[in-house]
Amino acid sequence: MRHRFTFIIGLLALGLGLAPALPASAAVFSPKSFTLENGLQVVVVENHRIPVVTHMVWYKTGSADEARGKSGIAHFLEHLMFRGTETLKPGEFSRIVNRNGGNDNAFTSWDYTAYFQSVAADRLALVMEMEADRMANLRLTDEVVLPERDVILEERRQVIDNNPNAVLGEQMRAAQYLHYPYRVPIIGWESEMRTLTTEDALAWYDRWYAPNNAIVVIAGDVTVDQVRPLAEKYYGKVARREIARRDRVEEPPQQAARRIERIDARVQQPSVSRQYLAPSHQWGETQHQYALEVLAEILSGGPTSRLYRKLVVEDAIAVSAGAYYSGDAIGPGSFGFAGSPRPGVEVEAVEAGIDAEIARLLADGVTEAEIADAKQRLKASAVFAVDSIRGPANILGRALTLGQSIEDVESWPERIDAVTEAEIEAAAKSVLVPEHSVTGILRPKPTS
Amino acid sequence: MTQVFSRFLLALLLVPLLALPARAIDIQRVTSPGGIEAWLVADPTNPIIALEVAFRGGSASEPAGKEGLASLATDLLTEGAGDLDSQAFQKRLADLSISLYFSSGRDSLQAGFRTLTENRDEAFSLMHLALTEPRFDEPAVARARSQMLVGLKRELERPGSIASRAFWSAAFPDHPYGSSPSGTPESVDGLTVADMQEFIGRRFARNNLLVGVVGDITPAELGERLDALFAGLPERANIPEVPEVQPSFAGDVMVIDRNIPQSTVLFGQRGVKRSDPDFFAVSILGEVIGGGFGSRLTEEIREKRGLAYSVYAGLASLDRGAMLIGNVGTANARVSESLDLVRQEWARLSEEGPTEEEMADAKAYLTGSFWLGLDNSSRIASTLVAIQREGLGIDYLDRRSAEIEAVTMADLKRVARDLFDAKALTFVVVGKPEGVTATRPAPGQDS
Repeated sequence: MRHRFTFIIGLLALGLGLAPALPASAAVFSPKSFTLENGLQVVVVENHRIPVVTHMVWYKTGSADEARGKSGIAHFLEHLMFRGTETLKPGEFSRIVNRNGGNDNAFTSWDYTAYFQSVAADRLALVMEMEADRMANLRLTDEVVLPERDVILEERRQVIDNNPNAVLGEQMRAAQYLHYPYRVPIIGWESEMRTLTTEDALAWYDRWYAPNNAIVVIAGDVTVDQVRPLAEKYYGKVARREIARRDRVEEPPQQAARRIERIDARVQQPSVSRQYLAPSHQWGETQHQYALEVLAEILSGGPTSRLYRKLVVEDAIAVSAGAYYSGDAIGPGSFGFAGSPRPGVEVEAVEAGIDAEIARLLADGVTEAEIADAKQRLKASAVFAVDSIRGPANILGRALTLGQSIEDVESWPERIDAVTEAEIEAAAKSVLVPEHSVTGILRPKPTS
Repeated sequence: MTQVFSRFLLALLLVPLLALPARAIDIQRVTSPGGIEAWLVADPTNPIIALEVAFRGGSASEPAGKEGLASLATDLLTEGAGDLDSQAFQKRLADLSISLYFSSGRDSLQAGFRTLTENRDEAFSLMHLALTEPRFDEPAVARARSQMLVGLKRELERPGSIASRAFWSAAFPDHPYGSSPSGTPESVDGLTVADMQEFIGRRFARNNLLVGVVGDITPAELGERLDALFAGLPERANIPEVPEVQPSFAGDVMVIDRNIPQSTVLFGQRGVKRSDPDFFAVSILGEVIGGGFGSRLTEEIREKRGLAYSVYAGLASLDRGAMLIGNVGTANARVSESLDLVRQEWARLSEEGPTEEEMADAKAYLTGSFWLGLDNSSRIASTLVAIQREGLGIDYLDRRSAEIEAVTMADLKRVARDLFDAKALTFVVVGKPEGVTATRPAPGQDS
C-alpha cells in the first residue's frame, strides 16, 4: 500500500466536516508559528500519541496561476519535484523516505501545491533537509521530464477520461467560470499537456518556488523548540527571491443560467448536479462564508438533513441527494447540489425535487432548531479533527496558503456559533441566483 | 475547490493487509464482569472514544443465491432499532455527533462508533439497540435495496470495478470468494427481511466478537459497559464453514471490451495467508516488486517508460485463501508492453530474488510505515481488532519488527523461486487493448 494516497484530499477541508469546536471559546489546534528571516512561515501542531510526524510544505501557487496555453504545468512540476536535485538522483527522494519507514506524496490544486512526508519523529531532520534541498536545487533534463509527461497523460486518462462523471465535471467548471482560471482543469487540457517542456517546468519552478512563497506545517510528536533550530539549519539557508504577483483576472457578471448535458454510453445511472458561484473565504461577499457552512450542514449534514430526508426518505425518488459549500479558494467559491434517481425514476424528478427544496428555502428560510443542530454537529467535528495528525496539518496548511490566518482557523467554532437565522437567509438569497448557476445532467445512452 | 491531483492514486482493490509496527502503544486486556474481552488503549488526551468490533462470518458465508446479503443487512442496522425508526435513530446519532457504522467484508462483519466522551452513554446504548433490535422496516429496506441496485449499476461504469468482479470470479470459480460482496441485481432483488435477521442472528454472538477500544475511558468503566453493550446476544454463533481454497490461476489473459482510452489491468497469482510462516517474506517481495516508488514495476513501467500513472502489486490475504494481486492502467496502444514488463519482472524476481539493498529497504519500509497508519483513534482500534482476528497476540506490536528483520536472503530467494510464477500470472484487461490476445473469455462476458 505504499505511496498511494488519495488524490482528493480536500474534502476534509473546513466546512465539509473538518474542524473545530467544544465550548465556543476553546482553541482548536493551538498551533505555534514562527517566520524565518527568508520569509518562510513555519507552523507546528503538537500531538504526542504516537512517535510520528507529518511534515508538509505548501507553496502559494497552483494551476490557476498558469499562463494561457500552459495548462497542467503546475501539476506537472509537482511530479517533477521528485525527479532529482543537484545531490539526489531521480526517484531517490521517495526511496530515501521509504527506506526510513516513511510515506510521501504531493498534490496540486488551483490555488496551492503541497508536498508531504509522514515519518518517525526522529527522522524529521532528514525530510526537512531533503525538502529544503528541492526548494532550491531542482535539476531537470529531458531524459526524466519526457517520460513523466507520459505519466501525467496516463493520469489524465485514468482520472478524467475513463470516468464519465469526471468528464462532465470538467465541462461544468468550464461553463461555471466565464473568465476566472478555475475553468481550466488542474491536470490540464490534453492538447496543451502534450506540449509542456523542461523549460516550461523550470520557468514555473523559478517563478514560484521560494521560501517566502511557502509555508511549512509540521504536526505530531515534536515541539516548536525542537523544530526551530532544524528549520533555521535547513530552510534558513534557502535564499529569499522576488515572487511575481498572482495575476488573477476578474470574473465578469454572470447573466444567464447554463445547462449542459452529457449522454454517455458508459453511464448506467443518471445524475444531476447544480452549482452556483459563491463567495469564498477571500472572494466576493465574504461575510456570508460561515452562514453558508451552516446552511450546507442543514441541507446535507447526514441522513436527517433536508435533502436526504425529503428526496431519499420521504418522497423516495432518489438514492442520493446532497449539497455542499466550498469556500476554500482565493477566487470564487461554489455552492452545489447533486442527486441521483431511484431505479424507475427520471433524473428530471430529482432535479425538480432539488429545485423545490431551494424554492422552499428561499421562501421560508430555516428554523432555529435546524440551526442549533447544525452548529452542534459542526462544532463537534472540530473535536474529532484534533484526533488525527495529518488532518490538522492539512487544515492549517490549506487555510494559511489560501490567505486565512491561524486566528481564523482557531476561532472557527466561535464564528460558526455566531451565525444567525437572518444571516443564513441573506446568504441563501445572495448565492442561489439562477443566473449564477450551471446545471449538469449525465445520462445513459438510450437503448433502442 | 476541493479537487486535487496527486502523484499517486489509492490502490482500490486490495484487501487491507495486516501489518503492525513495534513501539510503545500500551494495550490493556480488559475482561468484563460477564466475561467479554476487549483490548484497550486508554488515552484521555482528547474527549473522544472509538470502539471497533469484528464478527467472523462475512459475505463468503452467505447462502448460495443470497449474494449481497451481508452488505444489505449491515446497511440496515443503522436504519432503525427498538422504538426508533430510521429517521429517529439517525437523528439521535446526528444530534449527539456519534458516528456509528456497520459494514461487511468477505470474511467478517465490522461495527464501530466514535463519540465525544460526554455522549458515551448514548453511543453504547444505540449500538446495543442496533445489535439486538434492528427493525428492518419496509421503507428502509426498499431504500437500502434501491441504493444497492444503483451501486451495482455504477460498478458497470467503472473499469476497475468491472475488472475486479471478473478477476475474483476467475480466481475462485467454485468458491464463495468468487462472488462479489455487492451481489447481482437478481440476488439483491430476492433478499428478504427473514434472510437478514437469520444472517445477523447467526453471527452476532458472544463467542464471536473481537473488540478494540481507544480513547478517553478507563478499563473498569469499559468492562461494565461491555456487558451492557452485548447483553441479549446469543452465547454461540452458528456460521456455515467456508472451505479453504487455492485461487485458480493458469496464466490466462481475459479481455473485456470497453470503449475507453485507457485499459485497466488486474493481474494475480496465488499468495500466502497471514498464518503462513512465509507471510513476511512474501510481504517483503511484494514491496520489492510492486510496493510503489523504487519498486521494480514502478521503475520499469512508470519511471523509465511513462506507461502508467499507477502500477501496484502486493499480497491480498483472506481467511481461507490468498493471492498476489496487482493493477496497472495503460493507454490502449501500449498495454501489451506493460503486460510483458509485468511478466518479465515477475520472472526475474523468481530467478534472481531481491538484491541486498532491496531487502533492506523493504524491511525498513514495512517496519517503519506501520505506525503511519495509526493516525486516529478509530484506526488504532481497528488495528487492535485486526491483531485479535489473526490471533497474533497482545504483544504483536512489540514483536512485529523483529519478525520482519528475521527474514533472511535465503528465505526470500526460496520464496521467490517457489511462489512467484510468471507462467501462472493471470490478467484481466478492461478497455480496447492493442496487441493483446485473449486466451479465454472473462467470466460473465459473452465473448
